[in-house]
Amino acid sequence: MSAADYCPNTQAEIREMLAAIGVNSVEELFGPIPQALRAKSFDLPEGMSEFELLQRLAELAGKNAQKLSSFIGGGYYDHLIPAVVDHLASRAEFYTAYTPYQPECSQGTLQGLYEYQTAICRLTGMAVANASLYDGGTALAEAAMMALRITGRNRLVIDGGISPFSRQIVKTYLANLAVEFVEIDQQQGVTDRVALLAALTDQTAAILVQNPNFFGSLDDLSDIAEEAHGKGALLIASVYPIALGLVQSPASMGADIVVGDGQSLGNPLSFGGPSFGFIATRKEYIRNLPGRIIGETVDKTGRRGFVLTLQAREQHIKRHKATSNICSNQSLCALRGVIFLSSLGKDGLVELARLNYDKSEYAKEKLGAIKGVAVLNIAATFNEFTLALPQDAAALVEKLLQQGIAAGVPLGSYYQELAHCLVVTVTEKRSREEIDALATAMEVALWN
Amino acid sequence: METYYSKEHEWVKIKEGVASVGITEYAAHQLGDITFVDLPKLGKVVKQFDLLAGIESVKAASDIYAPLSGKVVKVNEALNDTPEIVNEAAEDAGWLAWLEVADPLEVKNLMTRSQYDAYVKGLA
Amino acid sequence: MELIYEKSMAGRRGVRLPASDVPQARALPPNLQRSEPAQLPELSELDVVRHFTNLSRRNFSVDTNFYPLGSCTMKYNAKVLENAAGLFAHAHPMIPLLPGGEKLAQGGLAMLHDLAGLLAEITGMDEVTTQPLAGAHGEMTGIMLVAAYYKAKGNRKKYVIVPDSSHGTNPASAAMVGYEIVTIPTAPYGDMDLEAFKQAMNGEVAAVMMTCPNTLGLFNPHIKEICDIAHSHDALMYYDGANLNAILGKVRPGDVGFDVIHVNLHKTFGTPHGGGGPGSGPVGVKKALIPFLPLPRISKDSAGGFALLQENPQSIGRVANFFGNFGVMVKAYAYIIMLGREGLIKVSEQAVLNANYVMAQLKDYYDLPYDQSCMHECVFSASRQLKQGVHAIDIAKYLIDQGYHPPTVYFPLIVKEAIMIEPTETESKETLDAFIAVMREAAELAEKDPAALLQAPVTMPVTRLDETKAAREQNVCYARW
Repeated sequence: MSAADYCPNTQAEIREMLAAIGVNSVEELFGPIPQALRAKSFDLPEGMSEFELLQRLAELAGKNAQKLSSFIGGGYYDHLIPAVVDHLASRAEFYTAYTPYQPECSQGTLQGLYEYQTAICRLTGMAVANASLYDGGTALAEAAMMALRITGRNRLVIDGGISPFSRQIVKTYLANLAVEFVEIDQQQGVTDRVALLAALTDQTAAILVQNPNFFGSLDDLSDIAEEAHGKGALLIASVYPIALGLVQSPASMGADIVVGDGQSLGNPLSFGGPSFGFIATRKEYIRNLPGRIIGETVDKTGRRGFVLTLQAREQHIKRHKATSNICSNQSLCALRGVIFLSSLGKDGLVELARLNYDKSEYAKEKLGAIKGVAVLNIAATFNEFTLALPQDAAALVEKLLQQGIAAGVPLGSYYQELAHCLVVTVTEKRSREEIDALATAMEVALWN
Repeated sequence: METYYSKEHEWVKIKEGVASVGITEYAAHQLGDITFVDLPKLGKVVKQFDLLAGIESVKAASDIYAPLSGKVVKVNEALNDTPEIVNEAAEDAGWLAWLEVADPLEVKNLMTRSQYDAYVKGLA
Repeated sequence: MELIYEKSMAGRRGVRLPASDVPQARALPPNLQRSEPAQLPELSELDVVRHFTNLSRRNFSVDTNFYPLGSCTMKYNAKVLENAAGLFAHAHPMIPLLPGGEKLAQGGLAMLHDLAGLLAEITGMDEVTTQPLAGAHGEMTGIMLVAAYYKAKGNRKKYVIVPDSSHGTNPASAAMVGYEIVTIPTAPYGDMDLEAFKQAMNGEVAAVMMTCPNTLGLFNPHIKEICDIAHSHDALMYYDGANLNAILGKVRPGDVGFDVIHVNLHKTFGTPHGGGGPGSGPVGVKKALIPFLPLPRISKDSAGGFALLQENPQSIGRVANFFGNFGVMVKAYAYIIMLGREGLIKVSEQAVLNANYVMAQLKDYYDLPYDQSCMHECVFSASRQLKQGVHAIDIAKYLIDQGYHPPTVYFPLIVKEAIMIEPTETESKETLDAFIAVMREAAELAEKDPAALLQAPVTMPVTRLDETKAAREQNVCYARW
């Protein structure tokens, strides 16, 4: 079988085209490239047909564990994805289009993203949102840069309960700018409030928190917001969108910039991407938002339509003075997000959040009752919680993995002093039997 | 009351030590429909030709420079809600800010109206 | 079309969730409880399906229309690539990070490692990180690597040089990393002004960012000299891979002297653009920069197993949560191994042939500011049409009425009334001829009946939209329910 190349011109057409151009060969067209600069090597395998390709990739994918009972989260969650999400996002008119620079022939993408922005605003309670960023971690970094711009200050207070991955992204983004970080240790899975507020000064641009945090703990951020505002600083909250079915919105807690990862909203795990990052803020900060924003307007006859708006903030116009360098975002994943939220609907999201919470509470009680095991969180949790084990958590996870159970994320790699702790995630996809089986396996592994 | 012009298309009118500053009709026309004016903060101190303000239209963003050194003592708040005033009356109601002039002699670095008109003609 | 929120009916339900098999838990403390559910629409599943299906019909796309959007490489996205990505949809990214987890994720790690190897060979670089999530993200990562490299040598330096024809992301990305930007003008011959460049070079320049072929579709014959000059001042050369489609198998940036490169998998390697994303922007580097690459990195042991390298004090850290836009990478990997060596060479040859053909057929009708053999795209100017009051945008809108997605207009900024056409290799002569005929028609209309062009488009769901109103009113979220 021969390889696919998707180049349709026939030999006869190629000859006609060369004649029209006035050259004798395709090679002549590469004439402006000096011979000395030509590729020294191009050692790639021979091509193949699509049939062979799928065989080859199925074999590769088969080397990933196929059946694991998964209690791992860490920012990416194994949630249900309604069939409509895949089907509608697979409409080629959506996924083979590009950035809607020509609005008249891109109303589908534009209206879909306007509806997405609206969904994010309604989830978070904020007034404005953009049309997506890359992921939750980079969205947090962009939010931090936004706060530095808005306040003109250069100091950030970062809570240690934020995902270690996100914290590392923020630090990597800001490593070359003159920014001072204060990182606050957590205690028993919650923010060390005294330390956090002590670090707040009139030079602080923003306090960064995550709710629920990496340990699964929920927090009422209202007092932190109030203290921050009192010092002229902003509160940036990274949130988990599914939790917002049950948990008070970050806007009502006083957050100024809200970010998060949209993977849970209808995007498959896919080994970590693509998902999308969302960012929402107060109306007065709209010009400081990074990335594309869709706005409503009218056409010449007064009909409603949608366009990319406030583009003068962006790199293609403002170049080095832009609010961010972002160009491509994660449009299709954001579209999946709004399809997901629309198909669940207002009550569906509450129900989904409730399922996560109930199952997680059940698991928390069950696992917390194992001899020698305690729940670390002193605060309420949503669908993740942290267990303190009588032994090294990594060893337990390794043991259970061999039995087909991914029991959770051991914390030793991220918090040295918590090597005995394990973050367990329970989504709506885990059945009571699986939870019971985890409890049994954990007890056996710990005590036999 | 003499009006002076800069190569960056700002105008400045001085009266009793205070200068009103704006962009020229030519500049406003070049920018197209203005959607946002980023006004300076009151009390901001600028040197001649320093960044003073920003103006955005749908497809462009322009920096506005101070035609003279001084301190911002008043800004045109009306532009926050109706930036289109700059399109309608750039050299009148579309003024951007008042500066307390630090050095009136700096006008030597600016153009008179006839010089500016000739300068604009040369750009076409 | 109504918004999905306007179609909502109180009490209507869509997708059903499984019933709970555990007892209901005690409610959250009152201060944590949401007081009012988020006002999401209430719809049946069919309502949702019809809404988004009808929205999709209000889009042009590669699958429905020729889409010669310059600089974006809107080639056909093979359907099999979608199937390929689906094979890996269920893998959790934390698995290889768990103790003993690497061996449960060998498929994913192998794909990442192999793709990085293929991209290194294609670009002539020594190692590739797949973490960056889009082209601009790759640029930022690349410049962070430059900064880390110089910081380790004791002086991170101050400036990054870009030509004025560069993509806006280049200066924006370098600015994100704290560099001051020096912009070099384009000379009359269409490339960066060599003399101005030489004068701008000094020991404080950290990197020179170039796109080659540049945004005018021209291959810079002095590119080697530019690399040599930069290196003589101890500056690194950054290659913006946006236009790599033009030179696959012909030129490898690494051979020419570039030190850092990003590639846009969604341009050159056939993955769909998704209405603006997701993309993927892997970054390749020469040996000296390897220690600074983001973590985790993937290594292959002698037995053919793959492992994660998670610690390295010199690394810049992390630019994304996990391994990058993995699903996009599976598609690019599938594309590369399916086309293979010969197929990829054919891609660049046919892309360049198609672009030159369009240029040859249109140059009597539109001004060609840089009249020379182009690579994968050509840039015209509508300045001739402007004399009749017709702008590039009017021609673009006319094309929409004729069923064509317009070329990129008003970019690069250095060409007045620019019309930038990139046909790509996946279009046939027949399609190009039909497009050429419409472009000629537009040029003739501009002479005879310019008013007709100013009204376009008239066949779309909306006519031209009031962008000024959108920017002034900033309605970005539907406020009623």
